Amino acid sequence: MSTVITTKSLSEIIGSFSPGQEATESRKQAIQILEAKGLPAGKNEEYRFTPITRAIENVFTWKTENSPAEINSIDQFLIEGLDANVVVFVNGKFSTSLSKIISPANEIKIKSLREAFSSDSELVNSYFNKFVSPETDSFAALNTAFWQDGLFIHVPANTSVEKPLLLLHINDAAQAQVIAHTRLLAIVEARSKLSVIEKFNTLGDQASLHTFSEEIEVKENAALEYCKIQNDGGKAYQVINTNIRQADSSRVDTFTITLSGQIVRNNFTITIAGEKCESHFNGLYMLNSNTLGDNHTVVDHQKPNSFSNEMYKGVLDGNSKGVFNGKIFVRPNAQKTNAFQSNRNIALSPSSTINTKPQLEIWADDVKCSHGCTIGQLDEEAMFYLQSRGIDKTTAQAMMLYAFTAETLNTISNETVKNYVDALISERLHKNF
Amino acid sequence: MLSIKNLQARIGDKQILNGINLDVKPGEVHAIMGPNGSGKSTLASVLAGREEFEVTGGEVVYNGKDLLEFSPEDRAREGVFLAFQYPVEIPGVSTINFMKTAVNQIRKYRGQETLDAVSFLGLMKEKMKLVEIDQSLLNRSLNEGFSGGEKKRNEIFQMAMLEPKLSILDETDSGLDIDALKIVASGVNKLRNSNNATIVVTHYQRLLEYIVPDFVHVLYKGKIVKSGGKELALELEAKGYDWIKDEVAVA
Ligand SMILES: Nc1ncnc2c1ncn2[C@@H]1O[C@H](COP(=O)(O)OP(=O)(O)OP(=O)(O)O)[C@@H](O)[C@H]1O
Ligand SMILES: [Mg+2]
Repeated sequence: MSTVITTKSLSEIIGSFSPGQEATESRKQAIQILEAKGLPAGKNEEYRFTPITRAIENVFTWKTENSPAEINSIDQFLIEGLDANVVVFVNGKFSTSLSKIISPANEIKIKSLREAFSSDSELVNSYFNKFVSPETDSFAALNTAFWQDGLFIHVPANTSVEKPLLLLHINDAAQAQVIAHTRLLAIVEARSKLSVIEKFNTLGDQASLHTFSEEIEVKENAALEYCKIQNDGGKAYQVINTNIRQADSSRVDTFTITLSGQIVRNNFTITIAGEKCESHFNGLYMLNSNTLGDNHTVVDHQKPNSFSNEMYKGVLDGNSKGVFNGKIFVRPNAQKTNAFQSNRNIALSPSSTINTKPQLEIWADDVKCSHGCTIGQLDEEAMFYLQSRGIDKTTAQAMMLYAFTAETLNTISNETVKNYVDALISERLHKNF
Repeated sequence: MLSIKNLQARIGDKQILNGINLDVKPGEVHAIMGPNGSGKSTLASVLAGREEFEVTGGEVVYNGKDLLEFSPEDRAREGVFLAFQYPVEIPGVSTINFMKTAVNQIRKYRGQETLDAVSFLGLMKEKMKLVEIDQSLLNRSLNEGFSGGEKKRNEIFQMAMLEPKLSILDETDSGLDIDALKIVASGVNKLRNSNNATIVVTHYQRLLEYIVPDFVHVLYKGKIVKSGGKELALELEAKGYDWIKDEVAVA
């Protein structure tokens, strides 16, 4: 499917890393896949609009160490007023000194994934590398081969974790480029509840490449709230593979917001492997300047009687590019599935582009599915109505856009997080009302 | 206050206004009637600054200034208000937030201090009474899912909030039940004074029983073809437009 980029640069890339000592089998396998398939180039259907491989070839130099990070305080990355467990990765390394766990140990286990390979080997062995597929995505293969550090989360059964988990990915590219490959493995056991917020922040003017692979298992009757905030400045390149698997009667609420960065690619898959599940799958990308934001999403209904609702919205300004691909699979025995998807976009500038594609593959016959993709401008009649009341054009536009984005935030239940996201949106819109 | 001379406008290739002349003085009420499609709403939109319509000739002087030079928002800030024939639904924008923004932008333009939340709510309560509109309606998204009558009432509420000098009411009576019509008309009347003026576009004499016009004009094919006092409306109610069309054809 993919074509190998110049063999020279691939071997250079591969040669620049030394695989870690954990998970050696899966690393070996991933390197083989990588050697066979290479990184996705121009012809690759899944990366047609997202030339990240070319950028990686041109922008990064290999065989160099990450620049030393100089992060002494994480205050500027926190969400004000959010009482949370804070886990910090700096340039791909888990930082125990900057992290702070406040939940009691019997509520949640939070530790380095490398450590968990020995301390929680049974769990790790049954879930690690089971949802992320190096076969289908070469960046997942790259990540699987060379991950440096990761996070392991375990919530025991019948436990509602009171404090959310705030995961900070800080890349300090002030001195030199940063390349980070990180992982997350989380298991939320039956009838338990967890809320995770992930933030990505890059400092400095040098380029950063971050691949991140996440595997999250949500067991019977468990609930997960997941919020991803991508407000990376500068020359940040990211490929994130997020894979959530749901067991019977579980519920998942997600919200992903992409505001900046150079190229941000989210491969986000929710696998509904149980019956009577509910998934609310929201996203918002508000892009400007030269940012490319690409959301490739999959909702895979494998069992009957579940409900999924996916709503992604985009606002494109400047020379930005938005890509949305929404796959919905309804497997043969997933009868009585209700699966909905919508992707609405507003293009503010003539030089912005958006490529949107729904892809529904339905093998069951007794299902309710719908999808809708729109690309439009702001409604002129509504703009005139607001202006005719004395509201200037810029404010009128901000009001309309603010209203447009609002409903995507419905999957965030934590008011502090919601207000924080709201403030980011307001700032982007220069909201003054 | 308003002097329209030989105003012509079109949309795309379609010429709609063909030389309108109209003078409105402070304190006056003018009614504009005329068959469907004659250009009444177009005239209202052109005055409010809808850019879709291209002015191809003539002039509009408002309080000594060239109205056509102003952006839509500046016209509103200068005191022009259009109550829409079809108010637009804007999901996600609450009426209260919208009005607060509008009021404060207008106040800023006029060199007045902006209102804080408390004084704004005070003003709102007062104006709500005037048109007997319910708070619950204003908490909702702007016009979203409002009934026809509720939308019209909301237009007059906005008018009350913005205290315009020149109000143009485009078929504000359509969609109102008889009680609502009386309430809305009495609201409009309470807002009238010797310094402001009102242009009422309507198809029905009934509204004019409550908002009594000083002049009635008939717009036909983009031109004012007949003007008179309030009795002209009664005549139109009784006889329809055919006789006027005949008169125009003969001339
Ligand atoms: N956006 C538009 N594009 C094309 N034609 C238009 C547009 N807006 C108005 N028109 C045409 O201009 C003419 C005048 O329309 P206008 O809405 O001003 O009439 P009106 O007098 O208000 O009618 P009514 O009594 O039905 O409200 C009509 O023939 C209408 O079809
Ligand atoms: Mg009309």
